Amino acid sequence: MSARLWLVGAVALLAASLVTGALVGPAHIGLGPALQSVAAKLPFLHVHSPLSGPDESILWDIRMPRVVLGALVGAMLAVAGASYQGVFRNPLADPYLLGVAAGAGLGATIAVVYLPSGLDYQSVLPPAAFAGGAVAVAAAYAIGRTAAGGSAGATLVLAGVTVASFFTAIQTFVQQQHSDTLQEVYSWILGRLPSSGWRDVLILLPYVAVASIGILLHRRLLDVLSVGDEEAASLGVHVGRVRLVVVVCATIGTAAAVAVSGLIGFVGIIVPHAIRLVAGPSYRLLLPLSILVGASFLVLTDVIARTALSPAELPIGVVTAFFGAPFFAIVLRTSRRMAST
Amino acid sequence: MSRLGLGLLVALVLALAAASGSTAAAAPKRIVSLSATATETLFAIGAGKQVVAVDAQSDYPKQAPRTRLSYTNPNVEAIAAYKPDLVIVEYDPNGIVASLRRVGIHVLAQKAARTFADVYGQIRQLGAATGHAAQAGALVTRMKTRIAALVAKAGPRANGLSVYHELEPDLYSATSTTFIGQIYKLFGLRNIADAADTGGTGYPKLSPEYIVSQSPDVIVLGDVRCCGQTAKTVAARPGWGQISAVKTGTIVRVDDSIASRWGPRIVDFVRAVAAGLAHLRGT
Repeated sequence: MSARLWLVGAVALLAASLVTGALVGPAHIGLGPALQSVAAKLPFLHVHSPLSGPDESILWDIRMPRVVLGALVGAMLAVAGASYQGVFRNPLADPYLLGVAAGAGLGATIAVVYLPSGLDYQSVLPPAAFAGGAVAVAAAYAIGRTAAGGSAGATLVLAGVTVASFFTAIQTFVQQQHSDTLQEVYSWILGRLPSSGWRDVLILLPYVAVASIGILLHRRLLDVLSVGDEEAASLGVHVGRVRLVVVVCATIGTAAAVAVSGLIGFVGIIVPHAIRLVAGPSYRLLLPLSILVGASFLVLTDVIARTALSPAELPIGVVTAFFGAPFFAIVLRTSRRMAST
Repeated sequence: MSRLGLGLLVALVLALAAASGSTAAAAPKRIVSLSATATETLFAIGAGKQVVAVDAQSDYPKQAPRTRLSYTNPNVEAIAAYKPDLVIVEYDPNGIVASLRRVGIHVLAQKAARTFADVYGQIRQLGAATGHAAQAGALVTRMKTRIAALVAKAGPRANGLSVYHELEPDLYSATSTTFIGQIYKLFGLRNIADAADTGGTGYPKLSPEYIVSQSPDVIVLGDVRCCGQTAKTVAARPGWGQISAVKTGTIVRVDDSIASRWGPRIVDFVRAVAAGLAHLRGT
């Protein structure tokens, strides 16, 4: 299948996911009234929304921002995972590889535990988590660079693992000392798409936009990099600089996503790999598809998180792993069958 | 005063001292409480002086000792170092009860109450175990009288109004099967969390869409201290301006430590709900 066809298919998938996300939820809003409500928002149409005050509010203030936020987080995690896998030539690399998750977790924990009580922690958590994630990755990079010899990529991954263990240890220690705040941190670690309205969407959007564009601009260089550092260098690619720019973009975007949504696992691993299995390994196609499919994947899993136990909610991190793992197993099987025929 | 009279008085005083001495010998003198609820009850029934150490959560009343034992991850040696003759726990993690009993320490386990009968039973049990049975009985009577008066004053008009109790800003709530839910049942309030408890835990995480569409008449915040929630932060949540309780300003704040315990201060909890209902009637 041609690259253009894949892209058209992925855009259609994303559109379908967004519509599903907007229409399905614990409060029942029909397709017709919802479309009329959308039309009412458009200028010059003079359509009046048929929805009652609460329903209008549910659709526009609660559900829509959450669907968009899910799309942004999913897109960011998937494209960051794909780029880490490319930069480090490691199929198990995920967006949390360089310690961003552990750092963000520590930042969030410290904010919950040590900031004066009485602050609205929903607004304090994201900046603290972002700062923690950035510090962790900077530390990993500093440690990785000081190491002499060996493959730069492998050293960096080891440094990331080291930093992550260290930060996780501190986080566990702090939590042990303050067990009363355990639940707040725990629910953040499980991952959730907050219902904070458009505020978080506006906070996250610039990070995701800049990071994605930065990564997409390097999609050809990532293809060159996949043949090996020395070969890429002999082709005139400045390996160190490409790696640094892509890692910085992916990390900043991931830290911002993690800061608002907590740790949503699995998206950064299964989405890029599923795409590789069906559409091939070229980063020119893989990266844009990761953005589109990652966004669709998280929007759809959030629909499940919102409706499976309705009117109760499931943490989305549980849903991504529960449905993501079997889905990935199916992709693995079918791709093998396709390859053998 | 005659010599005989003085002699009799001395004898009487000695006899009284002996009698009180014998009950004191039977009652524990060094109590360690790993339950914030039990700590409150102990001080309310006059057993406070016997308490030598408490867990880090026990922050009420002020006279309670400030010791940092852990109730979630307790250490037998740290507890035994206080040489307790009675340890009260509400929770039995890593086999702490068995370990304490193995070293010969008397342990009283009082798990989280689910009903008012549990609450009163635990208070009476603490009274009997500490030599303050009479005060415990009096406390139970006082609590029952006050709660009945508050509920009677609220009247039957609360019947059928809906309530949303918030444990955390992540929208965890408590159903009618929990002790918190029992308090709303007293007033005849309808708990919107009941329909959401598919897992049967009693503490479901509600969807914000559901809360807005239910539009509860009363919102009770149990996350005031932990998470800084106020009527203002609730009203500022997207879409929540549509909720009946937000429109009428019927947002009741209950200190986390009251809302999460089942001791003598449940009367304060009931009073806060009654005040919220009175406010609602006035609007």
